Amino acid sequence: MSNVGPVLELRNLTKDYPGHRALDGVSLEAPPGAFYALLGPSGCGKTTTLRLIAGFEPPTAGDIFLDGERINDRRPYERNVSTVFQNYALFPHLTVRGNVEYGLRRRGFDGLERRVREVLELVQLTGKDSRYPSEISGGERQRAALARSLVLAPDVLLLDEPLSALDPNLRKQVRAELKQLQRRVGITFLFVTHDQEEALSLSDRVAVMHRGRIEQIGAPEDVYLRPRTRFVASFLGAVNWLDGAGIRPEATRISRTAPAAGTRSLPATVERCVFLGNCLQVEARLATGQTVVAETSRLDGGFTAGESVHLWWRAADELLFPAEG
Amino acid sequence: MKRLRRAFLAPAWAVIGALFLGPLALVGLYSFLTRGAYGGLGQPWTLENYTRLLDPLYGAILVRSFLMAGAATAVCLLLAFPVALWIARAGPRRNLYLQLVIIPFWTSFLVRTYAWMFLLRDTGLFNTALQALGLIDEPLPLLYTPGAVLLGLVYGFLPFMVLPVYAALERIDRNLLEASADLGARPWATLTRIVIPLSAPGIRAGAVLVFIPCLGAYLTPDLLGGGKQIMIGNLIQNQFTTARDWPFGSAVSLALMLAAMALLVLFARRGAKELL
Repeated sequence: MSNVGPVLELRNLTKDYPGHRALDGVSLEAPPGAFYALLGPSGCGKTTTLRLIAGFEPPTAGDIFLDGERINDRRPYERNVSTVFQNYALFPHLTVRGNVEYGLRRRGFDGLERRVREVLELVQLTGKDSRYPSEISGGERQRAALARSLVLAPDVLLLDEPLSALDPNLRKQVRAELKQLQRRVGITFLFVTHDQEEALSLSDRVAVMHRGRIEQIGAPEDVYLRPRTRFVASFLGAVNWLDGAGIRPEATRISRTAPAAGTRSLPATVERCVFLGNCLQVEARLATGQTVVAETSRLDGGFTAGESVHLWWRAADELLFPAEG
Repeated sequence: MKRLRRAFLAPAWAVIGALFLGPLALVGLYSFLTRGAYGGLGQPWTLENYTRLLDPLYGAILVRSFLMAGAATAVCLLLAFPVALWIARAGPRRNLYLQLVIIPFWTSFLVRTYAWMFLLRDTGLFNTALQALGLIDEPLPLLYTPGAVLLGLVYGFLPFMVLPVYAALERIDRNLLEASADLGARPWATLTRIVIPLSAPGIRAGAVLVFIPCLGAYLTPDLLGGGKQIMIGNLIQNQFTTARDWPFGSAVSLALMLAAMALLVLFARRGAKELL
């Protein structure tokens, strides 16, 4: 049954705190096995959403369904979801093994030994099981927190900015591992982040949140290439705003000669050309005084400040927001 | 820098030296002397003051003192833990509640102990109230009992348990409690598996802060025990006052101190082991 409908469904979820509304009618459906990202700036309500699903706080209005069952009134320990906290919240007085066993013991599972061994293998923590959280690295702590939750085979794993406590060099590597892990276990991940690159690269579905509401839900390409609102467009990446349309810097082309007919173009003056390693970022000023950023390949050659150029783009690359007017 | 640091420490060392180490050395010295004919100090040097401690009479006092201090510590912990937990979760008003815990210190301990005598005696508040209600005919013997001494000690030292336990509870990351519930632990399991183990340092500190002064208490057993429930503190006091046997008093003092230190070391060891 459960593989027919969504494993997790939020209907009109609303949460009020004294003096402000943190969540305002959030609805979404996560299909089984999805890697679902809640993306938004801090204070947009994404962590609140997670806390309501985990049961740490009650919603003011709306419903939460897990496997088709309304779980609003269930206590956190009665919900088959599990949370990976931003700071991991590993129990400092228990070893890695003690942490991983904790949930199993509370729920009275059989075959504890084997399950623990398997999950530690899965997250590559074999051999670290008798260490305390203070004795392992940040990446290992994150994997221990994952193991502690995954061992319970939750219907949905809730991850609250799971990569933000790691140092930036480690983050990309862990990102790949996390994606692989999710594929292997097949558990639905609901993952909260403010980092659009993380959301795009990890998830197969993204809900972009803003001020307690969901602005858009879609596949990563959808929200990046076909944003429904200006907020979504600019939150997911840089945008040049030209004549009411948005053009991504990588879709903004730059040339010394006039572009072919049928494209849209504007004359501009190069202000600066910044070498970013994998690309060149050219800042050019239009006659109106507006600055436009274009990213070009290093292989196409550089531009010097003061040079007259043409900025052009394809109509298909324009981001349009008819709904917003 | 090093010299400056030493200079800053000098006043503290002077105070410790003049008011603690000096007198302690004197007490140590006295404990090997003999009581003079008129209560003063006399020769010869002897170990007799210490061998006298092995007398069952004093052994009983020692055992009673340890039992009483242990019981007071246990009762304090049982009372203080829920209070500390409640204050730690009281939100913005917790400072007010902490103030209330400390308020009894605004009056002298002696006065408060006398107040308990007035409450507990045969014509005191409890007995007259119970009699007026017709629940008892004769006044209950409340004062001058081991229970009265225990009550007095618990009353006097409860804040010393509440405060360190509160401090430890307050430091526990809320996320850990949420994580525990999230992993399927009911509130009772979270309390016993997470909250109590993580507040162990505070519990240990509180236990030491209550146990040591209770062990040496003399005012409470004297007033509320009526001299019938004599503890080591009373024994020492007696030797220096009525009995005028300073050498024996000194020996008892040192023995008490050494016993307390041995306990502390044992505690510290266990603490260090738990940290590893």
